[in-house]
Amino acid sequence: MSIATAFFYLFSVGVIASAVMVISARNPVHSVLFLILAFVNAAGLFLLAGAEFLAMILVVVYVGAVAVLFLFVVMMLDVDFAELKQGFLQYLPVGILVGLILLVELVTVVGVWAVAPQTVLSTPTPGGLSNTAAIGEVLYTQYVYLFQAAGFVLLTAMIGAIVLTLQHKPHVRRQNIAEQNARTRASAIENKKVPSRAGV
Amino acid sequence: MIIGLEHYLIVAAVLFTLGVAGIILNRKNVIIILMSVELILLSVNLNLVAFSAQLHDLTGQIFALFILTVAAAEAAIGLAILVTYFRNRGTIAVEDISMMKG
Amino acid sequence: MISAVVFLPLLGFLIAGMFGPSLGARRSEIVTTALLFVSCFFSWVIFGMVGLGGGAFTTPVLGEWFTSGALNVNWALRVDTLTAVMLVVVTTVSSLVHLYSIGYMHEDPSRQRFFAYLSLFTFAMLMLVTADNLVQMFFGWEGVGLASYLLIGFWYEKPSACAAAIKAFVVNRVGDFGFALGIFLVFVLTGSVSLDTIFAAAPGLAHKTIHVFGGDWDAMTITCLLLFMGACGKSAQFLLHTWLPDAMEGPTPVSALIHAATMVTAGVFMVARLSPLFEQAPAALTVVTIVGATTAFFAATVGLVQNDIKRVIAYSTCSQLGYMFVALGIGGYSLGIFHLFTHAFFKALLFLGAGSVIHAMHHEQDMRNMGGLAKKIPITFWCMTIGTLALTGFPLTAGYFSKDAIIEAAYAAGLHGSAATYAFVLIVLAAGMTSFYSWRLVFMTFFGKPRWQQAETHGHDAHASAHGHDDHAQNDHGHGAHALDPHESPNTMMIPLYVLSAGALLAGLLFKNAFIGHEAHEFWRSSLFFGAENHILHEMHEIPEWVGMLPFLMMLGGFLLSAYMYLVSPQTPVRLAQRFQPLYQFLLNKWYFDELYDFLFVRPAFWLGRLFWKGGDGQIIDRLGPDGISARVLDGTSWVVRLQTGYIYNYAFAMLIGLAAIITYYLVSGAH
Repeated sequence: MSIATAFFYLFSVGVIASAVMVISARNPVHSVLFLILAFVNAAGLFLLAGAEFLAMILVVVYVGAVAVLFLFVVMMLDVDFAELKQGFLQYLPVGILVGLILLVELVTVVGVWAVAPQTVLSTPTPGGLSNTAAIGEVLYTQYVYLFQAAGFVLLTAMIGAIVLTLQHKPHVRRQNIAEQNARTRASAIENKKVPSRAGV
Repeated sequence: MIIGLEHYLIVAAVLFTLGVAGIILNRKNVIIILMSVELILLSVNLNLVAFSAQLHDLTGQIFALFILTVAAAEAAIGLAILVTYFRNRGTIAVEDISMMKG
Repeated sequence: MISAVVFLPLLGFLIAGMFGPSLGARRSEIVTTALLFVSCFFSWVIFGMVGLGGGAFTTPVLGEWFTSGALNVNWALRVDTLTAVMLVVVTTVSSLVHLYSIGYMHEDPSRQRFFAYLSLFTFAMLMLVTADNLVQMFFGWEGVGLASYLLIGFWYEKPSACAAAIKAFVVNRVGDFGFALGIFLVFVLTGSVSLDTIFAAAPGLAHKTIHVFGGDWDAMTITCLLLFMGACGKSAQFLLHTWLPDAMEGPTPVSALIHAATMVTAGVFMVARLSPLFEQAPAALTVVTIVGATTAFFAATVGLVQNDIKRVIAYSTCSQLGYMFVALGIGGYSLGIFHLFTHAFFKALLFLGAGSVIHAMHHEQDMRNMGGLAKKIPITFWCMTIGTLALTGFPLTAGYFSKDAIIEAAYAAGLHGSAATYAFVLIVLAAGMTSFYSWRLVFMTFFGKPRWQQAETHGHDAHASAHGHDDHAQNDHGHGAHALDPHESPNTMMIPLYVLSAGALLAGLLFKNAFIGHEAHEFWRSSLFFGAENHILHEMHEIPEWVGMLPFLMMLGGFLLSAYMYLVSPQTPVRLAQRFQPLYQFLLNKWYFDELYDFLFVRPAFWLGRLFWKGGDGQIIDRLGPDGISARVLDGTSWVVRLQTGYIYNYAFAMLIGLAAIITYYLVSGAH
C-alpha cells in the first residue's frame, strides 16, 4: 500500500466521520467544528487528486470564512443543546432506508460503468505549468464572463446580507454625509438679536 | 491498491447521502440544515475534481471553483436570513417552523 | 275586414305592452280602447252582413302554420253565423270593459299593463272563435287561459291573487289535457284537424269503435267526451269549477269580461262549433246534459249564502253556464248560443254594476257591510235591477226569452230520455234559487239600513287588504275622520252600464226570432249542425201550459221569498242559518270541494313534488353529481393536504423519495 493510498483512506475516513458527527452532534458548536474538520479532510483529498489550488482555496474560503461565519452565528443565536426528540426515532428507519437505497444506487452506477482500471489520477498540467497557473490560463480567457458573473454574485450576496441583517441601533449618533453636504446657511444658522447680558 | 476514480466517487456518494440525511433527519436547528447543504456541495466538488483528474480537463476544477464561490455566497445569505428569522421568531428549532402547514 | 276585427286588439296589446311605459297610461288606455271600438264596429257589420243579411260564409286563409307528416295546419279565419254572433259578443263586451276600466282602474299605477292584457285576451278569444281548425282553436284556448292567469293575478303583490291565478291556470290545464287528447283522437280518426274536413267525415264515423286500454269503445263518444272535458275546465262546470270563485281576486272589469261573457263561454262555443261531431255521439250529449244540469243546481245552492258580492255573481255565472250546456246537451245548439248571447249582456252588466258599487264603497265587497245604497247611487241601482230582472227571466227581458226556452226544451226532450227530465227538474229548481239570490243581492246591497256606517271600523280591515295597490284619492284625506260617502261612478264607468242595460232589455226581443225562432234556419244555416233526429226546436213549442208558466212562477217565488227574508224580516236568514248550521256551512264552503281537492290532489301533488325535489333531485342527482363530486374532491384534498406539513425536512424527504424513485426507474428500465 502506497503512501497515496494510505492518505486517501485516512482522508476519506476523516471526511465521512466528520460528516456523520456534523449531523449528529448535540452541541451545534461541535457541529461547526466537525464541519471544519470535514473541509480540511476534503482539501486533503483534493490535494491527492492534484487540484492543489482548489484545495487551498477550500481551506481559505470555506474554513476561513464560511465556517467561521457559521460559528459566529451559532454562538450569537443562543442555541441550546438539543435532545434527541421522539420524532427522530419515528422517521429514522424510513430515512435510513431511503438513504441506503440512494447510496446503493450511486455506487451501482459507479460499479456498472466500466471504469478504466489502474489509472493513476494525475494532475493535468498543460505545458508543464503549476496547477494554479494552469487554472489561471483557462479562467481568465475562456471563462472570464463566468468569472465576472461570480463576482457579481458575491457582490449581491454581500449587499443582501447587509440589507437583511443591518439594524441601526437607536440613539447611536452617526454622520450622514449627504445631509451634511446639503446643509445651507439658511437652514443651519439663525441670527438672533440678543440684548446684552440677557442670554439666548 | 491504486486509488482509482471509483474510490473518489464512492466517497462523494457517501458524503452526499450524509448531507441529505442531515437535512431530513434534523430536528434541532436550522443551522444544521445549512451545514448539510455545505456537505452536499462539498461532495459535488469532490466529484467534479475527480472527473477533472480522470479526463485531464481543467473544466471540472473551474466549475468546482465557481461552485465554491456560489456556496459561500449562499451560506452568507442563508445565515443572514436565519439571523433575521431568529430576531422575529425567537427560535430556530425546525419543528416550530411550520407556518406553511396546509 | 275579419282580419281587422281579429288583429286590431293584437295591435293594441303590442302597443300598450311594448310602449306602454313610454307612452304613458292615458295614451295606452285610449289607443287600446279606440282600437277595440273599431273592432267592435266591424264585428257588428259582419254580423249584419253574414248573420242577419244572409251573406256567404267565407274562410280567408292567412297562411300556413306548420306541416308535419300528414298534419297540415293553416292560419285561417272562419266566418259564419256562429262566428259572427261570437264576434259581436266578444268585441262589444270587451270594448265596453275597456271603456269601463279607464274609470275603474284610474288610480292604478300599472294600468297600461292592464289594458295590454285586456287586448291580448280579446285577441286570443277572437282567434278562438274564428278558428278554422282545432289547433288554431287550441291556440286561442291557451291564449285566453294565459290572459286569464295574467289578469287574475294582475295585482301580483297580493299572495291570494297569485294563488287564485295559479289555481285557475292549473284547473284549466286539467281540462286542456282532455281537449288536447280529443284533438289527437280526431286527427287519428279523420286524418285532419281542419273543421271542414272533420265535419265531412263525422257522419261516416258514427258507429266506429276504437280499441284502447284493452276494450272497444265508441270512437265518437270518447272523442266528444274528451273535448267536453276541455269545455268543462274552461267553462267551470261541476268538478272543474273550483277556480271560478277564486278568480274574483282579479279586478272587477276582468271578472266582467272573462268570467262572465267570454272566456267561460268558450266551452259552450266549442261544443256548438263541433256540433257535427257531437250529434254523432248521443252518449256524450247525455253526459253534457247531466253535467250542465248538475252545475246549474250546485252553483245556485252555493250562491244562496255567499256574502261577497262578486262571488254571488260568479256562482250565478257558473249556474247559467250549466243552463247553456243543458241546452247543448239536448240538441238545442241555437238555444245554448242564444242564452250565451243574452247572458253576456246581463252578466257583464251585473259585474260592472257590482264594480260600480265596490268603487262607491271604496273597495268594500262584503254585502253584509252594505245596505241602503239605493238613494246614494240610484243609477247603479237601476242598472243592477235591470240586470237582475234579465237574469231571473222577467217577461220580455233578454233572459226571459233565452232561459225559458231552455227550460221548455228540457221538458220536451225529457219526453224522449230521462237525462233531460233530470235536467229539467234541476234547472227549474235552479231558476227559483237564481231568482232568490239575485234579489237577495239587490236587497242586501241597496235596501235596508245602511250598515256601512257602523261597519266603518271593521270595514277598514276589509279594505285595508284591497288597499295595498290601489290608493283611492278620497281615502287618503278621509282617513282620519273617515266619512264614507258613496257616490256615483264617473261617466266612463256608467256609459257601459247604460249600453249593457239596453242590451239586457232588448237583446231578447230583437234577436229571438233570428236565433231560435222562425228565421233560425236561415240565420244559422250550416254553422250549427242538427242531426237527423234532432227536432228539438219544433218540439219545444208543443208543451203543456204549466211548463211555460213554471219559470215565471219560480222567479216570482224567489223574489217574494227573498223580499220577505231581507226586507221584511231581516232576522230570518240569521235564525235559519243557526238552525241549519251544518247545511249552511256546507253551502257556504262550496260543498267542501276545495277541501276535497286539496286532500285528493293538491297534497299528493306537493308530496310527489317534494319527493322528486328532495329525494330525486337532492339525494340522488345532486349527491351523485355536483355535490357528490365536490364532496369527494374535498375528501381527497383533505387527505392530500396532510402532506403539507410546513416542515422543510418533510419536503426535502419528499424530494429525496422522488429522486430515488427516478433513479430506480432508470436503473431498472435501462434507459439512457
